[in-house]
Amino acid sequence: MKDVRIAGVGLTKFGNLPDRTGRDLFAEAALAAREDAGVSRDDYERIYYGNFMGELAEQQGHQGPVMAEAAGLECPATRFEQACASAGVAFRQAVQTIRSGGADVVLAGGMERMNNLGTAKVTQSLAIAADELFEVRAGVTFPGAYALMARAYFNEFGGDTEDLAHIAVKNHANAMPNEYAQFHREITLDDAMESAVVADPLRLYDACPITDGASAIVLVSDDYAEEHGLDAPVTVTGTGQGGDKAALQDRKYLARTPAATKAADEAYADAGISPDDVDVAEVHDCFTIAEVLALESLGLYEHGEGIGAAARGETTRDGDLPVNLSGGLKAKGHPVGATGTAQLVEMTKLLRGDHANSDAVSDAQIGITHNAGGTVSSAVVHVLEVMD
Amino acid sequence: MANTGYDEWMAAIGDGEGYYLGCPDGHGSLPPRRTCPHCGASELTEEPLPETGEVVTFTEVHVPAPNFADEAPYVTAVVSFGAVKLTGVVRDMPNDEVELGTEVTADTDVNATTGEQLLVFRPADA
Repeated sequence: MKDVRIAGVGLTKFGNLPDRTGRDLFAEAALAAREDAGVSRDDYERIYYGNFMGELAEQQGHQGPVMAEAAGLECPATRFEQACASAGVAFRQAVQTIRSGGADVVLAGGMERMNNLGTAKVTQSLAIAADELFEVRAGVTFPGAYALMARAYFNEFGGDTEDLAHIAVKNHANAMPNEYAQFHREITLDDAMESAVVADPLRLYDACPITDGASAIVLVSDDYAEEHGLDAPVTVTGTGQGGDKAALQDRKYLARTPAATKAADEAYADAGISPDDVDVAEVHDCFTIAEVLALESLGLYEHGEGIGAAARGETTRDGDLPVNLSGGLKAKGHPVGATGTAQLVEMTKLLRGDHANSDAVSDAQIGITHNAGGTVSSAVVHVLEVMD
Repeated sequence: MANTGYDEWMAAIGDGEGYYLGCPDGHGSLPPRRTCPHCGASELTEEPLPETGEVVTFTEVHVPAPNFADEAPYVTAVVSFGAVKLTGVVRDMPNDEVELGTEVTADTDVNATTGEQLLVFRPADA
């Protein structure tokens, strides 16, 4: 099996960019990743691309070829749709393709254009990640689904909306120096706790924003990196994916996300690490409660203990285990189909030392990313390590 | 648009003759199904839905999708009926009186925005 290295990464600025086409967003991220990698154009063998709602936002299906053109590449391009985990599964496919010898150079990435639809249509569009017959028709919105999980969590384990507000405050603070983040605005606990209710008990500041943006990563085999003298210090040592029932009502647990546990267990075993070895994490905090569920399902906290992690300062920038130093989905933004590889871009830069927040984790060797689809009916986890 | 299996199930709920699909191992699921999502068993039988269930989680939605524009704020709840849980909108009681453990019955109503059949819960003691 071939080792997989990250040769280059690229992002657009995340934000409210309703007038920019999806192809232009992806082009910007892909060209940035290509420049960072310094790989010859002719050597690209595959593009694996994540996108969730392109049919609804741009009436554009069959986006693989469109995005290959945008990236300036002539190689087969395949789109992956797994709701908010679309780019995470695209990246996983790239890792598996290179490991199996199917290719030496793959561009993985994702794009989502959302703001051109307006809030109401975005709300409707995001809901298609839920079960149409049994959830969407019963009034379940995306925030509503996480609100159902948050209330179940409070009931089973305790904790309250103030604990969640600490997560929002932390992630907004982390986004401040991140030039790619949607928000550069520190918030207070009061700001979070007094914001408008979206779906009780979740408020506006518990939710990620609606974001346009793209991300891209050039993955290469270890052999290719050596042959071409590439500077690619970050290796993908673990990959894992898990699934669960589509609808919350069919799950055994309403306040746990076992799909993420399955993904993490597989990724940790693949990398030969345990949760104790993790130095830094980027997790899928589409809502504040989602960060709690992630920390616990990833084995970083016992069930019931993750809710207070931000309030206790353990997952803040100066804590023992910084979580979402990028600002997370909460403050960096969540262009749905781009998020999985965006997390991996941020983690790569944190480990390489060229992220705005790298100084918070200057000794970090091992980072993990956790990307979830729907109410974590899909989950993808990756382990990245800096090679000496 | 017809959704065979689902439509008949919704009609049965509305008629007070709700059912779920049970497998030999006692798992429950909802139609249309050809196999138990929990264990893969293929011998599914229609079992009567218990008359009442308990709210196991709920949310009051203030920002609706367009298909619920005329309903907000409304309470969506997940209700356990033993072998299966159902998701629907709570009717016939004030939103702020819905609690975990509230006993409800399942019924159908019309979604005022879309005109589609909507699964609803009504207080059991009403």
